[in-house]
This record gives sequence, structure tokens and C-alpha cells, in this order.
Amino acid sequence: MTIAQSVSRRNFLAGSAAALGGLSLGFHIPFGATATAQEAASPEINAWVVVKPDDTVVIRIVRSEMGQGTLTGLAQLVAEELECDWSKVTTEYPPPGRNLARNRVWGSYSTGGSRGIRDSHDYVRKGGAAARQMLIAAAAQQWNVPAGECTAASSVITHGPSGRTVTFGKVADAAGRLTPPAEVTLKDPKDWKIAGKPLPRLDTVDKLTGKQVYGADLKLPGMLNAAVKACPVFGGKLASFDAAAVEKMPGVKKVVKVDDTAVAVIADTWWHAKTALDALPVTWDEGPNKDLSSAAIADMLREGLDAREAFVGQSRGDARVELAKGAPTGGKIVTATYAYPYQNHATMEPMNATALWTPEKCEVWVPTQNGESSLAVAAEAAGLPVAKCEVYKIHLGGGFGRRGNFQDYVRQAVSIARQIPGTPVKLLWTREEDMLHGAYHPTTQAKLTGTLDAQGNLTALHMRISGQSILAAVRPEGMQGGMDPVVFQGLTEKAPEGHLGYTVPNLLIDHAMRNPPIPPGFWRGVNLNQNAIYVESFMDELAAAAGVDPLEFRRKLMANHPKHLAVLEAAAKGLGWETPVPQGRGRGLAQIMGFGSYVAAAAEVSVTDGRLKIHRIVAATDPGHAVNPAQIERQVEGSFVYGLSACLHGECTVKGGRMEQENFDTYEVLRMDEMPAVETVIIPSGGFWGGVGEPTIAVAAPAVLNAIFAATGKRYRTLPLKNHELS
Amino acid sequence: MTRLTINGQTHDIDADPDTPLLWVIREQVGLTGTKFGCGIAQCGACTVHIDGVPTRSCVTPLASVEEGQKIVTIEGLSPDGSHPVQKAWLALDVPQCGYCQSGMIMAAAGLLEANPKPTDEDISAEITNICRCGTYNRVRAAIHMAAADKAG
Repeated sequence: MTIAQSVSRRNFLAGSAAALGGLSLGFHIPFGATATAQEAASPEINAWVVVKPDDTVVIRIVRSEMGQGTLTGLAQLVAEELECDWSKVTTEYPPPGRNLARNRVWGSYSTGGSRGIRDSHDYVRKGGAAARQMLIAAAAQQWNVPAGECTAASSVITHGPSGRTVTFGKVADAAGRLTPPAEVTLKDPKDWKIAGKPLPRLDTVDKLTGKQVYGADLKLPGMLNAAVKACPVFGGKLASFDAAAVEKMPGVKKVVKVDDTAVAVIADTWWHAKTALDALPVTWDEGPNKDLSSAAIADMLREGLDAREAFVGQSRGDARVELAKGAPTGGKIVTATYAYPYQNHATMEPMNATALWTPEKCEVWVPTQNGESSLAVAAEAAGLPVAKCEVYKIHLGGGFGRRGNFQDYVRQAVSIARQIPGTPVKLLWTREEDMLHGAYHPTTQAKLTGTLDAQGNLTALHMRISGQSILAAVRPEGMQGGMDPVVFQGLTEKAPEGHLGYTVPNLLIDHAMRNPPIPPGFWRGVNLNQNAIYVESFMDELAAAAGVDPLEFRRKLMANHPKHLAVLEAAAKGLGWETPVPQGRGRGLAQIMGFGSYVAAAAEVSVTDGRLKIHRIVAATDPGHAVNPAQIERQVEGSFVYGLSACLHGECTVKGGRMEQENFDTYEVLRMDEMPAVETVIIPSGGFWGGVGEPTIAVAAPAVLNAIFAATGKRYRTLPLKNHELS
Repeated sequence: MTRLTINGQTHDIDADPDTPLLWVIREQVGLTGTKFGCGIAQCGACTVHIDGVPTRSCVTPLASVEEGQKIVTIEGLSPDGSHPVQKAWLALDVPQCGYCQSGMIMAAAGLLEANPKPTDEDISAEITNICRCGTYNRVRAAIHMAAADKAG
């Protein structure tokens, strides 16, 4: 079966279910969608669950799987309440257009901010529980017994008094016709049998044989391929190009302008398109930023470090007054300034999308972190109503935030396809295009000043962040009176998303917003990464100035923050913090809270002949509930690779208004030889749902930086470390 | 016209001799398990075997492949995913997004052919593929597991 067929089959299933389905009760109780669809092969119990006659269970997943394991985790939550046989579970992605047509029965498609599970656990579990009740009710009706006498386990319904049994598949058809229950009761997580267990992923096998189809691999009948080049200077435009120079090259079908900024070659194969594009004479209108440099951006941010005006993220007591008093008798004032550069997501699969446009309809196949965002952008670019557009989600070769809010490649693909109506066109970016047109992890700097009293207590702290706001550029509706709350990730007083784990009597954390004309974006971990480096490096600097052990120094400030402290203690214990440090090595700690989870890391490193070796890192995380501990371990390890890549190597620098790094030869990332041993301690304390994919990334770098200080006495305050001669 | 032997089958390829083997495999032959990641032999997502040697196909021109050389892609590593490396990858649930894993698996399988009992240092030196999800430690463990399996 080709992909095209399987995609349309999937569309048909969801579409026919919706067409025949009854009333949708909307977002808050999505399982209430009375899908009375009786599509013969696959009766839908409700929006979340399809049970086939052979007992195969199809669980609908709308959050995107991009490696983080959310597909398996969400399926576990549904299956837990459904009481189905886990070995019979498969999954499918309903297309986002169906979601709109069904009054958003599946809720949000957004897959970012480590929200895949923590934002949808309630309604997906209710979907599973409602389906279970309907299956039991159908069996009870068939047997003419009270439903209360029946139970379900492992896809089998049993009537207790008589011992009669029936499998889900036999009653699924009848169950789909029933009115869904008005209310369902969810299990106590302590009774979980499928959720909470370290089950293998559902999507591994096809990734071992080359069968897994990613967006870049898509084939459609009659499909052409496109390569694109946009003005490399930020804010620049396409001036002109000489299509005649390449139109006769092998395989070339058409050379097209793409919006105001780019040009694309459409050809039979992508290699032909790319070869012709490389040969295409193009001139750019480089626009107002053509002289912009990293040095100018750094100066702009440096000015913000001491600027009078700033947005306040947290304030307690009067830090400014306390600090203005100078060092108390026997005490100290400590000041340090830090800087963090731009980073690119550099997903392994470059950006791509495939579009088919006609005056009546636009269809897009795309690896996306948010199918609904893709749909909205596709409709806009297509010049068609959303109802005449559809998006089919394809497996992602990495996301990390690049494929969520930013659908620039979808816009381009549709713009290209619109110029060759009726022919599907697959647009695939080169790595160079991907590096030059990112949604960059923004650059910030921070200046921290603290007062230590004669006893080494931190009595006042001012943290000034200067730098770029993501929301101001990409989601201005999320701003709060001009302030970007995301800048204060992990630093606020109370936010359940992530509050500061230290109580300082006089505290001021503020942000001087300085927005260079570089497109910023959400990059795995977002501002928590920079903030953890600044706060946790400075805590170490304060501890050193006070002459106190870094763990002991933090403990004194963490009495009101037991969950923060618990993960810090666990990481320290896992590393053997109290044991003698091997000769030539140093140990460092870091903790923070973000994306609803408490995280900490403890690292042991050495520096020999200028080379850093990270011997071990122990991570501790408290995500509240742990839906799949095995996947959490993988996310922790993976997040450390991402965080350490940035710490050691990652830096996008600006020269002539464009990024200087165009591929992995200059944008280096962590590889096998630098990968430390990682041990993960999971402390699910229950009672809340925290994220997993992102939070731990933030503690990797500061734990290593603090360990380097412990090993060498040198404090590195600007990243990446490749710019320093370690000694 | 160039004749290639890929996964035991011969293919007559009509493409410019400069065309990278990666794009011949993906677009002419239609096997998309071999991935495009960088185009400059940095990331290894395009790794295939040529006469058993792991080779970055994105910088291997079609013209440089001689008739009779045996090209193996991820699709041809085993008929049913039963190569010791694939089995170890499954047992340890190595992939995350999976995009780099075809190349990782081909690099690992090639390493074990040349060095049946690699040390950690050997693995660090020989497996230079990039994985942005960060599967390195499980890749390492799976290589050791596959080595033990092959030896056993």
C-alpha cells in the first residue's frame, strides 16, 4: 500500500465517522461526541477509540510524535481507562480539518511546551473510560443483565455472576450506538496497570528497517519536487532571478517566485531542483539589516543590563535599596554577568511540506508539531476557506519547537503548489536553508548582584535579564502589558509552570527587553535554559564567595521549597556528593523548575590538556505523575544531549545581517565521543502533571559549568565553551 | 546508464554521473529509508554499505560506484529486521524520532563487521553520526548487545 492510499484511507475513516456522527458536545467533554458512526470495518466508540471486529484497538492521538514518546504515553492513558489488551493497540492521527468539522472534539493539536500529556491527560483518560463504559453497557444489554454486574479487563468483558465473557470487538458496533455516559470516574493512578509502566514505544519497529515514512520521504502519484532559497539576510527580499538560465536544465519544470522573499525550482526530482537552484542567478534586496552583526546585538543587550526601565518578573522586599547600601560589615557584594548566544533547532529532518492545490481544494502533508497551525497557514496561503483545506500529519524527524508555531515551510509549499495547480509538490529545504532561516533560541544576557551578610546569608539579589522576547515576535497576544512572561520561566514567585526554588528576603528579577531583528522561536526548554544557567551559576559563585559548600548554601535558601530541594538532594546523592572527589575532577549542581516539573542535575567533570570530559551526570526529576518511566529516562538523556550541545558548541553568529553557520561543520553538536554517562532518578511525588521533554535540558549546562569551576577554579560565563581555552 | 546492485537487485540508473548516490537511492530506486540530513557527510543519516564499508552516500557521486560493487541500504540489511543490530535496537528501544537511526544502524552494523568486539573507545571513534534527540547512550549499549549476540 502506498502512503497516498493509507493517508486517504485514514481521512476516509475519520471523515465518514464525522459525517455519520451525531452531536458533538465540544472541547471540554470531547468523549461526549456521540459518534454513532457505523462504518463497517471500524466502529467508532467515541472520538478517541475505535475497536475493530478482530479486537484491534485504534487510539486516536492528536498531539504529534516527534521522538518524545507522547504517542505511546497518551495511548497508555487511554488504554488504562479502556481496560483493553495493550498488545492490540494501534494509533492514528485524525487530520486537523476533521477536528474543526467536529467542533474540536479532540481539543488542541499543539505539541510544544512539554504539554502533550500534561494538558490532555484528563480528557483522553475520560475518552478511554467512557468507551469502556459503553462497551460494558453494550455487553450487558446483549446479555440482558445489569451493567453493574459486568467488568472489563484486557479487552474482555465478564459478567460476574454467570461468568459469561465477550471481547470488545464483538460488542463495539453496538457500543458505538449508545449514548455516552454523562460522567465517568477515573482511576486512582496507584491502581494503574498500563499507564505508569515502562512499556516499550509503539513506534519503534518501522524505524529499524527504513519503513517509517517521514515528511521528506513522502511520495504521491505525479508528485514533483521543489528546492527553495530565501533571502539569507533577515528582513531582505527577492529582487530578481533569471529563470531562463536554468529552465533547460535536466528535469526542471518551472522556476517560481515564492512570496516576496524566496525563489524555488520545481523539477522531477529534488536533486534536479536543487542543482538548478544552485545554478540560478538570483539577486537579493538585502534590506535594512544587511550590516547587522553579533557584536552590535551584544552591545544592544549590554546596554539593557543597566537600563533604568525593565519589566518586573518577581519582587520581594527591596533589593535595590539593600544592594545600594553596599557590603555589610564582614559581608560581600558579588556581581557577575553572563551571556547566551542564538541557537538553531537543527532537527535531523530538514523542514519540508508537500502541497496539492486546486482552485477548489488545498491539501498539505507535513511533519508538524501543530496540525491546526499548519491548517491555518495552508488556508491563508491557498487563498481558500479552511473548510476547503486539509492537513495530513506525517511523522516528524525531530521538532524541538521548530515545527510548531512556525509554519513558514507550509506557507512556501502552498505558495509553490499554487503556481502549478493540480500537481502535488514536495518542498524540501537544504540544511543550509534550515540553518539560515531558523526560529532561533534567542540571545540574552544577565547581570546578577547579590549581598552576602557576615554569616554568608544571601540577603539581597537583583537579577537583570536583557534580551530578546519570543512572544513579542511570534505571539504578541500572550504579552502581559508589554511584558513577556516567558522570559521569566522558572523565576517567578508562584507560577505552577515553574517558580523559583529560593527564598531571598530582598529580591528583584527584571527584564530589559531588547529585540534584535532576528526571528526568535521556542527552542526545546525555551528561556528556562538561559535562566537556569544564570541563576545556578550565580548560586555557585555566591557559595564560593561565602566559602560554603554549594549544596549547603542552596539548602539554606530552599526551606520553603521542599520539592525543588528533594530533586536537588536526589541528584547530589546519586552522584555521591558527600564522597571524596577523585583527583583532578570537580562536581557541580543545578536545579530549577519548569514546564510544571522539578528537575536537578549533578555532574562530575575533569579538564585535561584543555579538554573537558564529563564523566557522569545524574538527573533527578519530579514530574508529579510518571506515565512511562522508560520514556522519561530517554527524554532526560536526550535533553542533556541538546543542552550540552549548546553548552559546548552551539552558537549562531550574525554577520552581514545573516547567520554565519550553514551546516553541521560550523554548527557543531554533541556526538558519541562527548556523551557522558547519564543516570536518571524519577521521583513522581503525585498530585500534579509536569512535563518531561524539556525541563531537564536546563540543568545540564549549569551543573557542568559549576563542575568545571570546582575542578579548575575557572568560571565560564559566556557560552559556548568552544570559545574558551579551557585549563 | 549505470548499473547498480542494491540489496541484491540490479538497477539500471539513468542519472547524471555527479548525482550523489543518496539521491539515486531515494529518487531513482525509490528506497527512502536512507535519509538526507546535511549533504556534506557530517551527520551520517545517509550511511549505506558499499562492499560492506559504511559510506556516506550524500557525497558519493554515482560515477564513483563501480559496477559489481554491492550496495546495501537499511531496507536490505536483513530481510525481516533480524540483523543482530536491529534486534538489539528493538530490545533497547533505541530510536526517538528515528530519522538518524537508519544511518546509525548501518554505521553500527559496519563497525561490528570490521571489529566484532568494539570497546567504548572504538564506538566513540567510529560512530560519528549525529542524533539530535540524543540516543547516543542507548546506541552504545545496543552495539555492545549486538556484539554479544553475534559472538554468542
